[in-house]
Amino acid sequence: MIEMIDVKKTYPNGVIAINGINVKIKPGEFVYVVGPSGAGKSTFIKMMYREEKPTSGNILVNGLSLPSIRNSKVPLFRRNIGMVFQDFKLLQTFTVYENVAFAMEVIEKEPEEIKKRVMEVLDLVGIKHKARMLPSELSGGEQQRVAIARSIVNDPKVVIADEPTGNLDPETSWEIMNIFEEINKRGTTLVMATHNRDIVNNIKRRVIAIESGKIVRDEHRGDYGYEI
Amino acid sequence: MKFRTLLRHFRESFKNIGRNGWMTFASVSAVTVTLTLVGVFLVLMMNLNHIAGNVEKDVEVRAHIDNAANDDDIKAIGKQISEMNGIESIIFSPKDEELTNLIDDLGDNGKAFKPFEQDNPLRDVYIIKTKTPQDVIKVAKEIEGFEYIQSVKYGQGYVEKLFSFVNIARNIGIVLIVGLLFTAMFLISNTIKITIVARRKEIEIMRLVGATNTFIRWPFFLEGLWLGILGSIVPIGLISVLYYNIYKYAAPQITFKFVDLLPASPFIYQVSALLIVIGAVIGIWGSLMSVRKFLKV
Repeated sequence: MIEMIDVKKTYPNGVIAINGINVKIKPGEFVYVVGPSGAGKSTFIKMMYREEKPTSGNILVNGLSLPSIRNSKVPLFRRNIGMVFQDFKLLQTFTVYENVAFAMEVIEKEPEEIKKRVMEVLDLVGIKHKARMLPSELSGGEQQRVAIARSIVNDPKVVIADEPTGNLDPETSWEIMNIFEEINKRGTTLVMATHNRDIVNNIKRRVIAIESGKIVRDEHRGDYGYEI
Repeated sequence: MKFRTLLRHFRESFKNIGRNGWMTFASVSAVTVTLTLVGVFLVLMMNLNHIAGNVEKDVEVRAHIDNAANDDDIKAIGKQISEMNGIESIIFSPKDEELTNLIDDLGDNGKAFKPFEQDNPLRDVYIIKTKTPQDVIKVAKEIEGFEYIQSVKYGQGYVEKLFSFVNIARNIGIVLIVGLLFTAMFLISNTIKITIVARRKEIEIMRLVGATNTFIRWPFFLEGLWLGILGSIVPIGLISVLYYNIYKYAAPQITFKFVDLLPASPFIYQVSALLIVIGAVIGIWGSLMSVRKFLKV
């Protein structure tokens, strides 16, 4: 599903973010990516959705070699993966419904199908009753639910989440994690970078720990492993 | 692209105008101000050009024929002149007619010339108009060299000054309008750029959820078009009403021979169409240039 082969990434300013990573993530897996700030976690995640290109090595996602995708074709590739961010990245002038529907409009789905599917996923993340509201009228947890709804509306095989609970209080974080678990149970591969020790230690899944641009630990049912 | 998607882009572009209310207002205002300026100058220049054209059209060459020439010679000269390049018309005016005209033109004073009717001192004349007024000088010089031509008159000195004045006025007008258009483009594209920079996050998110560059561009393209058209409404209204009233009430007061304004219709419609097109082009151009920056092509 996701495979990195000898991946290295050096930024133009000389910083070596990733220094030789080989990893394989199988379909349906739930993977935490942990590590201290500045360890290369973000770069690792960004390379999976082709926001960054590796300096050397290859990355395969859904059988596609990411470094060889042209910039103009990147959006087409991204239609096959869902993405969730710490800052939600919702369109502020769009309503909840429009935000989710937009992801289906760009791939030119039938209006009937869009209507049905959007309400379905809004229901799944428990925010159907606020479909007509603007993101600014919602709490952080609610906004993240909208973002998650958007990420899965096109039924992607992979969902990549970069610190999805970073801006949320512990209780809301748990609610969000329940949704992610539900999504994973349906067979979607989930890669999640996180700093949240409680979550990693309680919902036991595969843990990949990154330090100084290398994988220092890869455990099947791991712990967070860092003191905060 | 599916037709449904095109409809979606249209819908979206209209919604965006409302969603970004203040930004829309800023862009439309910029278009309005500059198009008003461009429009006023356009109207002034086109009328000035029209008046200059009228003046120029009145310029003619008068070739006086020597008395030694007989009728055949006169005919030959007429043929020779009409075969030259750039001749619009040639009229023969015999000396008797010339004298009658002179007497008529001078009114009461003209009576003093009555006695000359017995022994007319004037000459037969060919009155020549050229296709382009500027050719008058060239044509006059050439005719001067013909046989039996006594003298050629075309308002020497006066005509040269007129032409150079009209030329300068035209060039200044063109420079002003072109300069104004560039200023307009710069001002408007800058305003639109600011409004789009505020929306760079929007574009980034669109790319994240898989919108292609074309898909992102379409609503912006249409929005630019609407902004341009919206911005041209006030200038068109203002200029039309003003010009119509000036043409109807002020122009008849001016009785000076060459000064007549272009008729309000179709001139107003032509200027309006031109302003809409300029507004639309500038709007689209400004908006596409600004979006381009944020689409990693």
